[in-house]
Amino acid sequence: MIEIKHLQKTFGEKHVLKDVNLNIPKGKTTCILGGSGSGKSTLIKCLIGLLEVSGGQILVDGRDITKITSEVKLAALRRRFGYLFQEGALFDSMSVGQNVTFGLKYLTDVPEKDYPKIIKEKLALVGLREDVAKLNPSELSGGMKKRVSLARVLAVEPEVILYDEPTTGLDPIMSDIISDLIIDLKAKLGVTSIVITHDMHSAFKIADYIAFLYEGNILLYGTPEDFRKTDNPYVKQFVTGSSHGPIQMKLMKE
Amino acid sequence: MFASVGRYVLNVLNEVGGSADMLRSCVFWLWRSKFEWRQTVEQSVNIGVNSFGVTALTSLFTGMVLALQAGNTIGSIFGDPIFVGTLVTFSLVRELGPVLTSVVVSGRAGAAVTAQIGTMAVTEQIDALYTLGTNPIRYLVIPRMVAFVCTLPVLTLFSNLFGVIGGYLVSVYALNVPGEVYLTDITSFVDIEDFMHGFIKTFFFALMIGTVCCYKGISTRGGAEGVGKSTTGAVVTTIVLILVLDYFLTAILTAFGI
Repeated sequence: MIEIKHLQKTFGEKHVLKDVNLNIPKGKTTCILGGSGSGKSTLIKCLIGLLEVSGGQILVDGRDITKITSEVKLAALRRRFGYLFQEGALFDSMSVGQNVTFGLKYLTDVPEKDYPKIIKEKLALVGLREDVAKLNPSELSGGMKKRVSLARVLAVEPEVILYDEPTTGLDPIMSDIISDLIIDLKAKLGVTSIVITHDMHSAFKIADYIAFLYEGNILLYGTPEDFRKTDNPYVKQFVTGSSHGPIQMKLMKE
Repeated sequence: MFASVGRYVLNVLNEVGGSADMLRSCVFWLWRSKFEWRQTVEQSVNIGVNSFGVTALTSLFTGMVLALQAGNTIGSIFGDPIFVGTLVTFSLVRELGPVLTSVVVSGRAGAAVTAQIGTMAVTEQIDALYTLGTNPIRYLVIPRMVAFVCTLPVLTLFSNLFGVIGGYLVSVYALNVPGEVYLTDITSFVDIEDFMHGFIKTFFFALMIGTVCCYKGISTRGGAEGVGKSTTGAVVTTIVLILVLDYFLTAILTAFGI
């Protein structure tokens, strides 16, 4: 469904993505692993057109989206994608209910009279009660914010959901609840999911495929089983979470 | 030293270019999308209605102090405080009304606009707007720009009125000038061109305040510290630009006989 070919992204002199090649299959969950600052978020921001690429192609159903320059066409493309932000990025001037239905007004023709039903339905899908709709984002816990943000994404029924570190900053139980949610959504809605994470427990649980991003390139792509069995010292060190290994040595050299 | 001057110039040019690009986007989206009425009305209340009290108070006291200074100075030269109404109204409608109102609105509402949009930028809410099919220029910037352009001229009208009232109070009750004389001084010597001179300026000031404050907000980076820097930068830039723009607008309008 999505093919990333020789993707490059530079910020000034800094080459964050050097030559990323990756296939994202339809209806599957692909986790992109990598350390902090490895360019994971940059990669998915390029996918949704929030960042302009410096080189390469991103093909969505065979169409190169990096060539789209029209703001109107770019908005149409974003209709197919949903993005779950790391901190939720809920609009703090609106209630939870207004946040959930925000995208409906701009991306769909759903009449406003249907909004209450959709709020109830989407909040239930992420395990929240209807009365949460009246609250303001500032009244929510970290986990609830992420779930409301996910309900906002689901309201517009995207084909692809991009999750930016969905379990970061949450306690282990809430992290597991979010992981279960991602699995449930794939099963119920058949959405294609791309999950940026460095939470190995979550990655192994939710992923159909995993890609390891290191120094601007995909170092390893495969199933969770491939990652468990790999001999690649970089990947092995990351998977085991050890402070000793080539990644640490590289940091010390810098 | 040359390097830092060069960096500063590049930074200024970058901001001017960014602001111009944002204005271009405003024009693009203004004609191609549904107008955000609700947002615009909300922002007009925030920017205009909520600034009414502070601009009225500022103008009232400006008119009062103008009358006091003019009355005492003219009185010491000619013996009587004559033409106080003319001086107060002339100064207010041509210069002080538009400039002071713009400075107050920039400090109160402009800062709030930059801080709000800046906070949205650093908490990824602007990116979230994009992903939900909403261009932030259309949703955030245009309503605020329209609100500035619609409310600042109206606020200036009221400021002028309150300034004239302040001058009247001081003239009549402190300088013992008869009320009719104060009003005749205004109607005899201040004409519609003087009023238009100041009124036209407010549209340019409003457009500039809206552009600078929204651009500073949207381009905010670096968390809470970044929001603080952007807000301070927006207020300082707009106040300086109001004064600079005022000079050039005065020169141009005068050349056109207004």
